[in-house]
Amino acid sequence: MIQAGDTAFVMISAALVLLMTPGLALFYGGMVRRKNVLGTIMQSFVMISLVSIEWVYLGYSMCFGPDAGGGFIGTLAWSGLAGVGAAPNPDYAPTIPHAVFMIYQCMFAVITPALITGAFAERVRFSSFVVFSLLWTVLVYNPVCHWVWGNGGWLKEMGVMDFAGGLVVHLTCGAAALASVMIIGSRRDHGRRQFFPHDLPMTLLGTGLLWFGWFGFNAGSALAADGVAGSAFVATHLGGMAGMAMWTVMEWLYQGKPTTLGAASGAVAGLATITPAAGFVGPNAAVVIGLAAGLCCYWAVVLKSKLHFDDSLDVVGIHGLGGLLGTLMAGLFASKQVNPAGADGLFFGNPAQLGIQALGIAIVGAYAFIVSYAILKAVNATMGLRLTPDQEGVGLDVAEHNEAAYGE
Amino acid sequence: MKKIEIITRPYKTEDVKQALTAIGVKGMTAGEVKGFGRQRGHKEIYRGAEYQVDFVPKVKIEVVVSDEMAPKVVKAAREAALTGEVGDGKIFIIPVDDVVRIRTGETGDDAI
Repeated sequence: MIQAGDTAFVMISAALVLLMTPGLALFYGGMVRRKNVLGTIMQSFVMISLVSIEWVYLGYSMCFGPDAGGGFIGTLAWSGLAGVGAAPNPDYAPTIPHAVFMIYQCMFAVITPALITGAFAERVRFSSFVVFSLLWTVLVYNPVCHWVWGNGGWLKEMGVMDFAGGLVVHLTCGAAALASVMIIGSRRDHGRRQFFPHDLPMTLLGTGLLWFGWFGFNAGSALAADGVAGSAFVATHLGGMAGMAMWTVMEWLYQGKPTTLGAASGAVAGLATITPAAGFVGPNAAVVIGLAAGLCCYWAVVLKSKLHFDDSLDVVGIHGLGGLLGTLMAGLFASKQVNPAGADGLFFGNPAQLGIQALGIAIVGAYAFIVSYAILKAVNATMGLRLTPDQEGVGLDVAEHNEAAYGE
Repeated sequence: MKKIEIITRPYKTEDVKQALTAIGVKGMTAGEVKGFGRQRGHKEIYRGAEYQVDFVPKVKIEVVVSDEMAPKVVKAAREAALTGEVGDGKIFIIPVDDVVRIRTGETGDDAI
């Protein structure tokens, strides 16, 4: 039975989530050097096209289609959106057209590979990157999405909770980011000189667009304009707020001055960390989760610098760790009083949920890391992932796209 | 005294800088420049229209050293900047009349 309010809300949420990908492009684009800004933006932007095509013919059916057995992958019964129309799908969202659920989920599939690009910014060939992203979407995103969110998915059946993508989006991209830096290596001159962000206002604009879109990402995941959507909306804002506050405080204490990039990083860390818990936890838990995100992700990024690990824009330390931390904390703070369709966490009398969450993290993290590693190895052996030193020196914009961002 | 101007590929900047400091060069001036020699420029395309851009981005490093240091600087800079491909750049050696350190008023080799 279609409800007009729910349908309108989820369609608007889908548009909000789409906007996150250009927002992410600006967030990343501002942090790289001026010669790489277009190439960096393009890596996120092109996913809107590439993954949406994949979604129609493979992705949606593999993620949400009828289970092929064992809860590991969906069949291709819905390829080309066969049977995905105006009639609702009662398994997923009984009050909105099935096509609206499909396009809403498409936006999640689009942004996830775009998130990985921050790890290997400023040094990867565009053609190899496109091939990697397509393979990654099919071999990593689609199976994991089916396990956690698909009807009959094995992790879903096990009771693993992921409200809006702590595992499906943030942990998968974080694991892939870790593998990519291990295989691709550091940027030339990394450790010998500093790489400064070329346009922090661009990064802050991107942060604003991400935050705005995140309401669609998390509140929209309720798939109805109801009480759960409302509490997820509130939790999302409080998570981002607390993440920003904590990171800013840490920076002020340990580095002498609060910075805009720190505030933006803290906000994104808080938002990523609240994502898996957003629809299951109350407002005070959301504040605690956001504070924990600001604290842990700040130290993760500091540690990265000490290890000389060139995850250029901190995908592992912010998204990977955020997804992991939030998924775990959902197992502490989840409450059926907030969401009767969820579960209780350890603080609400159900310690078993924490173990289930930890198992989900271990399985998804390991799978995403191993398969990403294998895909990267294969693409590197056949096409080569890195630009030549000269191309890297000239920058992605001219070397890969024949464009310059800033004219005379 | 000599002024050595080294025009090099941007990605070689750090190599040249380290090679020069390793032989005792105390200071240098560096900046991004654009120019062309035998290396062709690149194409830029906007909405299907193709533009030839003749100027290639390079980095210019300038150091002023004593006469006996000059050949060592040239040798170290060339070795660090060499790839063997067209576009490796140029090194110019220019005589310098005098140098003045603004803070103290020292001149000549003392001011380098």
